[in-house]
Amino acid sequence: MAKKIEAIASWKDLPLGCVIAQPGNAREFLTGDWRTQHPVLDKDKCIRCGRCWIYCPEAAYSENEEGFFVCDLNYCKGCGICAQECPVGAITMVLDSD
Amino acid sequence: MPEAKAFKGLKARELPKQELFSQGHRACQGCAGALALRLILKAIGERVIVTAATGCMEIISSPYPQTAWKVPWIHVAFENAAAVASGIESALKVLMRKGKIKQEKIYVIAIAGDGGTADIGLQALSGALERGHDFVYFCIDNEAYMNTGIQRSSSTPFGARTTTSPAGKKGIGQMTWKKNVAEIAVAHHIPYVATACPTYYQDMMNKVKRAVDTPGPAYVHCLCPCPTGWRVSPHLAIEIGRLAVETGVFPLYEVINGQYKINYPHRRLKPVREYLQLQGRFRHLTDEYIEKIQQRVNEEMARLRALEKFGSFYKSVSAHF
Repeated sequence: MAKKIEAIASWKDLPLGCVIAQPGNAREFLTGDWRTQHPVLDKDKCIRCGRCWIYCPEAAYSENEEGFFVCDLNYCKGCGICAQECPVGAITMVLDSD
Repeated sequence: MPEAKAFKGLKARELPKQELFSQGHRACQGCAGALALRLILKAIGERVIVTAATGCMEIISSPYPQTAWKVPWIHVAFENAAAVASGIESALKVLMRKGKIKQEKIYVIAIAGDGGTADIGLQALSGALERGHDFVYFCIDNEAYMNTGIQRSSSTPFGARTTTSPAGKKGIGQMTWKKNVAEIAVAHHIPYVATACPTYYQDMMNKVKRAVDTPGPAYVHCLCPCPTGWRVSPHLAIEIGRLAVETGVFPLYEVINGQYKINYPHRRLKPVREYLQLQGRFRHLTDEYIEKIQQRVNEEMARLRALEKFGSFYKSVSAHF
């Protein structure tokens, strides 16, 4: 699932001072395969408060056009904070194997 | 401080949407430290230069050749995050004065863990606060050296079990009390000191915003629960921070120009047992030690409330002398 990081061929290819020139390129590394369980949102219960979005340490949640906050499963590590902190219990954690 | 006074606080519905700490960082599941970094950058915005000492937050965010930071960021050795931040601040000031770069407000922040603040970086921090550089120092406090495998630091609380303060027949884990670095920063008479916890995200972002808008040095101490080192289930990382504040183990307060203001807890304290029993690192504690911790927490809260209450009284009286 995660993109393989190629071994660096030679020191000549490295930028001066080992500077990383692309900001935020950790996005290329998908942390979703660390997960054993993923959040499932019940849209009938959701009040769109955004607690799941603000509490997510991975920044995996983002707002869609309808105003719901949806989880990007490419990055979700399955910690379950969103399900624990949801004030109306709209998020449940489901095992990936199910 | 005109900007800091004008700032009324962020609204819950209008929190910044921009993500400056990207996905794909290598933090453990439920890492509140990574959440703290995300909230700090959300509150400050793009115009910032970050210096980070060695520690968990440096390891997880910059595995070469990748970085999770979308702002200029420099990694420095364990002890000198504050020294490098003060150097950057001075360089910016000189370059702007000479007209080499455009005149604008660029924030400089230093981020270090509790080891990089309370143990190794304390003299660099003290020096930078004393010289009065315009920067903000954030201590991401997870109460031990987590990135090397949970060794005790001077910020580890009494009774906590770590790999270098094991609990057994002879000992009960950490034998000394937690060093209060926020009070050390207050003793430098700097304009702004605060304690924060990512559980209270709005409070934390407001404090970050106030800290960066304050001219002169500022210090923010963030308690960031670490599920791996505290032996808690990852989904309780936010809840444990809430309990730490509500039991009075880690009260949230601001010190603006020497005047204390307690933000949380403003109700009666919960018993510390509720906070301790959730964590595996305190599992060995007997009632006798829990009572000892409770007593200490009560004393600390009473002291803090007295400082808040009598601070303004003292100021009004001393004005007449």
